Amino acid sequence: MPLFEVRGLTHFFGGLKAVSDFNLTSDGGELMGLIGPNGAGKTTVFNLVCGVYHPSHGEVRIEGRNLGRLYPHQVTAMGIARTFQNIRLWPEMTVLDNVRVCHNYRLGYRFLDTIFQTSRYRTSEKGIGRMAREVLEIMGLWDQAQELAKNLPYGLQRKVEIARALILRPKLLLLDEPSAGMNLGEKEALIGLIRWIRKEFNLTIWLIEHEMRVVMNLCERIQVLDFGQTIAQGTPEEIQGNPRVVEAYLGKEID
Amino acid sequence: MMRQYRLTILTVLFFVLVVGLSWTGTLSSYVQLVLMFVGVNIMMSSSLNLVNGYMGEFSCGHAGFMAVGAYTASLVSVWCFTAGSVFGPNLLPPAWAVVLFPFILLLGSLVAALAGLLVAIPSFRTRGDYLAIITLAVNYIVKSAIENIQPIGGARGFMGMARVVNGMKEVADIPWMMIWTWIFVFLTVLLIKRFVSSTYGKGIIAIREDEIAAEIMGVNTRRAKMVAFMLSSGLAGLAGGLFAHILGYINPGSFGIMKSTEALVMVYLGGMGSLSGSVLSAVLFTLLLEILRPLQLYKWVVVPFILILLMLFRTEGLLGHRELTDVLPGLKRIFGAREEVHAAL
Repeated sequence: MPLFEVRGLTHFFGGLKAVSDFNLTSDGGELMGLIGPNGAGKTTVFNLVCGVYHPSHGEVRIEGRNLGRLYPHQVTAMGIARTFQNIRLWPEMTVLDNVRVCHNYRLGYRFLDTIFQTSRYRTSEKGIGRMAREVLEIMGLWDQAQELAKNLPYGLQRKVEIARALILRPKLLLLDEPSAGMNLGEKEALIGLIRWIRKEFNLTIWLIEHEMRVVMNLCERIQVLDFGQTIAQGTPEEIQGNPRVVEAYLGKEID
Repeated sequence: MMRQYRLTILTVLFFVLVVGLSWTGTLSSYVQLVLMFVGVNIMMSSSLNLVNGYMGEFSCGHAGFMAVGAYTASLVSVWCFTAGSVFGPNLLPPAWAVVLFPFILLLGSLVAALAGLLVAIPSFRTRGDYLAIITLAVNYIVKSAIENIQPIGGARGFMGMARVVNGMKEVADIPWMMIWTWIFVFLTVLLIKRFVSSTYGKGIIAIREDEIAAEIMGVNTRRAKMVAFMLSSGLAGLAGGLFAHILGYINPGSFGIMKSTEALVMVYLGGMGSLSGSVLSAVLFTLLLEILRPLQLYKWVVVPFILILLMLFRTEGLLGHRELTDVLPGLKRIFGAREEVHAAL
């Protein structure tokens, strides 16, 4: 049974076919890339997988279970976490709270426990604090734990987003343009970080990326979208040599 | 170690002082009344802050829930403990009110929390301005519904709660309403404080900051909204029950949009998402209205004008997203506000 399987995923926005017949199977442990020109439908695919939209046709399965029409927080509970193209941290909350809130779907206590501060509540909150600290230390963010997220520099905000996704303990991690807005040095560091995360947390990572240096360096398998259609898939070498990909990105030469 | 109990000790001292001075009659009944309204307003503003400040939705029908709580608690207590034309002879001996009174208030609060579903369920699909309109509509629905139920007085209002309180006074001559008001004020503030500092409650703040991100990051936003709205309206209902028994007379007119606006003003005066701000502003606002009472109708020119000045020069309210201990760090030293669980790590 594959870890992650997308079959015949199709989605319409009104009359517009944003994604058409998208297929992907992964046995896990891979680093996959999803590329394509602007407006190709890459983020829509991610949104369909996360349950933000429900697909018009097709299905998404993780560990054999169909995600069907689950709400995003239920999809998260099944082991899919993501980051966003434009950073979506909770700006007025501290970095620590940003990470802590992600425990919400597996609290281990109920509303009344918070009011009476039962032992169940205290044990659970202590555990949450410990795990949050662990992740922040691993990501080198512990020194900023009490800062408001909005006060962090851009590169660190990206890191907090990844930390936030990691604390959800996903099996599949979706990264939506992780290197957007980073400079060359930060991009190099990001490549190292993503590789290291995959090994350390034993994850399957699927990323959308415009920066070819990052994609070609990182991904073992790449799928190319154009106008919602998959126009190519294969190893980075195969993709680089594919005339349809070159055409989608650069346009057709006039004879 | 003693330090973290200072706030508790101070609270108890305040309580003993207020109740004691009311009991001996040192405080005139007017001052007592104002003190009790301060308490009710603290409950109104801090419970509204849960929705408007912490969750970032705009509820402008808070008085509707107060009305539900006030009427439920009043009807039950009058039905149980007094003989009258509406319900016939009393169901239980009036002396039992001493024990049952808080439970009746809680019942009113429960019914108000259920009424909160009227707003909570639409909030799954709409937000912002549109939800604000819905809260306004709920306020009008409650008010008009009560106005049209003739057996409980309709627009003329409902009374008899004073006899229930007098029944309690016959058992023991202590300032019952002062005691219960402030006990419930402390419980309300404690409850909200504990809720918003838990990981559960922080999910609600995450909804304010970015709802879609909250949902994707594992927060069950529907349940969180439902909890927040029901908690907020339930506490407003509790305040309503107390308000009804303090005054001894309620009419639907006193739970209109004006009352909701007062609650809103207190929240924005104190600062969104600041619990100590809500408490502080409720005290200031209630006292200000009393101090300006000699101005009579002009009071309603002066007070809104002060509000305009505040919004111009201090948009975030008195405290705004911060607690009193953040603004005056000295307080932290004195009271040693107990740090959250994670700080112990």
